[in-house]
Amino acid sequence: MDLNSLTIHALSEKLSKKEVSSVEATKAYLERIGAIDDKIKAFLVVTADEALRQAEEADKRRAQNNNVTLLTGVPISVKDIFCTKGIRTTCASKILAGFIPPYDSTVVARLKEAGAVILGKNNMDEFAMGSSTENSAFQKTANPWALERVPGGSSGGSAASVAALECAASVGTDTGGSIRQPAALCGVVGFKPTYGRVSRFGMIAFASSLDQAGPFTRDTIDSAIMLKAMAGFDPKDSTSIDAPVPDYLSEIEKGVKGLKVGIPKEYFIEGMDVEVEASVREALKILEKEGAVLVPVSLPHTEYAVAVYYLVATAEASSNLARYDGVKYGLRVNESRNLLDMYKKTRDSGFGGEVKRRIMLGTYSLSAGYYDAYYKKASEVRTLIKNDFETAFKACDVIATPTTPTPAFRFGEKVADPLTMYLSDIFTISCNLAGIPGVSVPCGFTKGMLPIGLQILGKPLDETTVLRAARAYERAAGGTLQAPAL
Amino acid sequence: MSITKKDVLHAADLARLELTAEEQDLYTGQLSRILDYVEKLSELDTTGVAPTTYTVPLKTVLRADESRPSLPHEEALSNAPDFGRDCFKVPKIIE
Repeated sequence: MDLNSLTIHALSEKLSKKEVSSVEATKAYLERIGAIDDKIKAFLVVTADEALRQAEEADKRRAQNNNVTLLTGVPISVKDIFCTKGIRTTCASKILAGFIPPYDSTVVARLKEAGAVILGKNNMDEFAMGSSTENSAFQKTANPWALERVPGGSSGGSAASVAALECAASVGTDTGGSIRQPAALCGVVGFKPTYGRVSRFGMIAFASSLDQAGPFTRDTIDSAIMLKAMAGFDPKDSTSIDAPVPDYLSEIEKGVKGLKVGIPKEYFIEGMDVEVEASVREALKILEKEGAVLVPVSLPHTEYAVAVYYLVATAEASSNLARYDGVKYGLRVNESRNLLDMYKKTRDSGFGGEVKRRIMLGTYSLSAGYYDAYYKKASEVRTLIKNDFETAFKACDVIATPTTPTPAFRFGEKVADPLTMYLSDIFTISCNLAGIPGVSVPCGFTKGMLPIGLQILGKPLDETTVLRAARAYERAAGGTLQAPAL
Repeated sequence: MSITKKDVLHAADLARLELTAEEQDLYTGQLSRILDYVEKLSELDTTGVAPTTYTVPLKTVLRADESRPSLPHEEALSNAPDFGRDCFKVPKIIE
C-alpha cells in the first residue's frame, strides 16, 4: 500500500534509484483499483493490459536512460473527456457509448510522450455538466472520505481516484470549477491553468471559451510536474497561447516573503459553512506568518458570475453539442421516418436530463429576440468581471479565497433544484470567465473529517506565482499526506 | 422574463430535441426559475462596455497551404453507425 500513496516526485525518485519498477508500481495501482473501485467507482474504463505494456516501455526507457522525465513510468488516470486512441471515450454520455477515438488528445499525447502510464478513464458528469458527478450516465462516484457524499464535479472521478490512492495523479478539465471544486471536496490539489495554456485539441468541447485542462495531484510539486508536461503551444488549437512554458519547479520553493495576497471580501459571505470559513482564515494566517502581506481587495461583480456563466456556458454548449446527431459516430436511434426524426430521437435518448436542460437554455438564449438580453448582456458583464481582476491584481500578486462555500454534500441533496447545484460553484466560476489560473490546495478538515480547500488565483500566465504561494502554504501547514480509510 | 411551454417547444425544435410531455413541463418550470435568476444582470448598466467572448486575443490562424497527412477515410468512418461506399449513410432526406 505504501507505493500507492507516494507523490509523483517520491515515486520518480524510487524509479530512478531502481528501488521499484514502473511495472511494480502499475501493478500496485491496478490491484488497488481492483480492490476498492467497486466502492468508489472512479473509473469508467481500466486499461490494465495497455498500462502494463506502457510500464514495460517506461522501465526500458529508464534502463537505457532514453529521454527520461519525472513522469516516466508514473501511473496516472485521465478524465473520460480526453480522446484516447483506441480506448473507449464517452464523456460519461450514452450518446457516445462505444466511441473509440482514432487519435489521442494533445494532453494525453504529451503525457504519454513524457512516459506516464495511463491506467484508465475517470467518471465525470456527462459532458462535464455538473458539480457532483451525479450526472454521469453510467455510475455515481463516491467521495473517498465519506462514501455517502459526492466527490464534487464535474471531474469527480479524477479527484476521487487520486484521493483513494488509485493513481499517482489524474487529469481533469475545468469550465466553471470542475477541477478545483472536486479537488477541494476530495482533499487533493487541483490546478486550472490560464485559458489557452494547455491545448484543448481532442478534449471533448463543452464551453469553448472556458474549458481548460489541468492536473489533480497529492501535492503542489506534483502539480508543477504535471503542468509542465501538459502545457505549451499547440498548432491544432487556435486558442492555444504561443508563450514559453517556464520551469515551474525552479521557483516553487521560493516562499511568499513580501508577496501580496489579495483577500476579496465578496468571497467570505453570509451562509457559507463556518468550519470552511475558519479553516480558510487559519490558512491565510499561516501565509501571513510565512511573510505574505494580506491586502483587502474587492471583486464587486462576483455576485453576477453564476448568472453570466450559465448563459455563456450553455450558449456555447448548445452549439458544441450540435455535432451529436447520430451520423458520424456514437448512438443512432434507427427506427426513424426521416433524417430530422433520426436527429431528434437520437439526441433525446442519448442525452441526459442536465445536458438537455443546458442545451435548451443555451438555444433559447441565443434564439431570435433574446440574444441581446441574454448572451450579449452576459458577455458584457463578463468584461466587468475580468476588469475586476485586472484592478485587483494592481494591488496584489495572487488572490486567496475558499474554493467552495461548503464541504462535500450528500448524494441527491441538490439534484431536485438545478439552481442550488449551480450556486455551489460561486467561488470558482469567475476565474474561468476571466481566463486566469487558479489552484485548490487542501487546508484541513471539518470535525466530521470532510476536506476543505483553499483557492489561490493568479494573473494570466502567472502559474509560477500561484504554485509558489500554494507550495508555501502547503509546506508551512506541514501537510503530511492524508488518505481516507477505505 | 418568464418562459412559456410554447417557447420551450420552439427551443427544443431548434435544438433538435424531442421532449416527452413530462420533460416539457419540467423544463418550462426549471428554465423559468433559471431565467428569473439571470435577470439580475439587468441591474447593471453595461452601456459602452465591450463584450468579452474570449479572454485571449483571437486572430485568424492560417497555416501554409501545403498538403499533409490527415485521418484516413476508413478510420474517420470507423465509428459511424452506418456507412457505405466511403460515405456516411443516413435515412432518407427528401420524401
